[in-house]
Amino acid sequence: MIEFRLEKRLNFAEGGRKLDVEIQLRKGQFVTLYGKSGAGKTSILRMLAGLLRPDGGTIMVEGQQWYNHDNNIFLSPQKRQLGFLFQDYALFPNMSVRENLLFALPKGQSEAIIAELIDLMELGELQKRRPNRLSGGQQQRVALARALVQKPPLLLLDEPLSALDQEMRRKLQDYLLEIHQKYGLTTILVSHEPNEILRLSDTVFVIEQGRLVNTCPPRDLFSETGTQSFSCTGKIISLSEVGGQVKVELLIQGQVVLHLMEKEKNREWNVGQEVQVELDFSSLRVKKSS
Amino acid sequence: MMDWQPLILTFRLAFVTTILLFIIAIPLAYWLAYAKNRAKPVIETLISMPLVLPPTVLGFYLLLAFSPNNAFGQWLDTSLGLRLVFSFEGLVIGSLLYSLPFMVHPIQSGFANLSPSLKEAAYILGKSRWVTLRRVLLPNIRPSLLTGIVLSFAHTIGEFGVVLMIGGNIPGQTKVASITIYDEVESLNYAAANTYSLILFVITFCILLLVYLVNGGHVKSYWK
Repeated sequence: MIEFRLEKRLNFAEGGRKLDVEIQLRKGQFVTLYGKSGAGKTSILRMLAGLLRPDGGTIMVEGQQWYNHDNNIFLSPQKRQLGFLFQDYALFPNMSVRENLLFALPKGQSEAIIAELIDLMELGELQKRRPNRLSGGQQQRVALARALVQKPPLLLLDEPLSALDQEMRRKLQDYLLEIHQKYGLTTILVSHEPNEILRLSDTVFVIEQGRLVNTCPPRDLFSETGTQSFSCTGKIISLSEVGGQVKVELLIQGQVVLHLMEKEKNREWNVGQEVQVELDFSSLRVKKSS
Repeated sequence: MMDWQPLILTFRLAFVTTILLFIIAIPLAYWLAYAKNRAKPVIETLISMPLVLPPTVLGFYLLLAFSPNNAFGQWLDTSLGLRLVFSFEGLVIGSLLYSLPFMVHPIQSGFANLSPSLKEAAYILGKSRWVTLRRVLLPNIRPSLLTGIVLSFAHTIGEFGVVLMIGGNIPGQTKVASITIYDEVESLNYAAANTYSLILFVITFCILLLVYLVNGGHVKSYWK
């Protein structure tokens, strides 16, 4: 059980001056703090980690007091058992991948966990490289492995995937789900990416101008935009007429898709045009993946 | 025959000053880069003063402070047995103040340019401030450290006004190369002045060239 109430004077992007939220989590949950940038999400994570001192409130993690304003308790970041993933990865440039992980290992502990994480995150070949010779996705995998070396029960993710491209995001989401389950973590994600939130988390806390305005499963929050019909963007790569119909080749997320459509008099299609592709609920076919 | 003593003395002074400055400047630069304190602008100003102040002003006040006719100078003399006027120790103290900004500024901006998340990540991994400084921060500002070391060294070699005020020109004690050059010119001994000047010119050029080669990554690219 993790519960906290945090107060902090801040200047929000959309006005309002005080952050005041109260949140409770069960062990093993994967939750998202959702809201516009400047709403106070990152500040909440930083206060949980001890990087930012709140003005008031309490933080209780598994029966342990990390912060209590009235009793003047404030555990330093060093004493809090948690992993933190930064948006800029925060890998130490002077150390190789392996040295970054070894740095995180407390004195006298077995290196077995490092071998395990290198294996799990598929970092074997990158071990000796310096962070500046890794791609963004690789760096974030190293950062994730490093955050887990001390086997923290709580993992905080500060928009960890925002700097990565779509494909890399999906891959890292898989890793996040895997380690969340494997290590029985409680994970708090800061994100404003609906796909990511739907895929990863079981509960969303909506933060607006420093206040908690809604708590719900991600499906409920994004039902208007996401779940009734499936839509994405594509690009027309060829057009031809076949028996009164128009045959279109579309490039959708790296795949070429063929589509036949009726000829419409007042509609002009051009090669290279960006189009919106929608799939209705009724025509969606779902199969087991091999 | 040329007298090498002034040059040896100059480099001894620069060497001692640089080592002491390095030790003093790291905590000072760390504090300036990270602390939020009302006194900070005042401290920053004081550290930067030698950049603009005529060295003779600094030397003059040091002379007053260190003079045995003065309460502070007397106390130094009687309790610590230190005579800082017209002595090598006095020159070291003068040089420390005089070259302080040249060591502090590069290190301070080195710290300030590091992403704050590096320090925070180390703290979250349970590392103390000291371990974080030694293993994360300092290794990642190596170019700034080198710049600070070399600039302070070169700047101390070029010191003149402060030395003249508090050191005088006692051979082997306080008569550094820059003073010797002045001395030789005064006695119309241009050949000797030229020899010393040329040596300082070449050495200073080489030292600074080294910094630009290393920090510009040129050394690395030649090495392979």
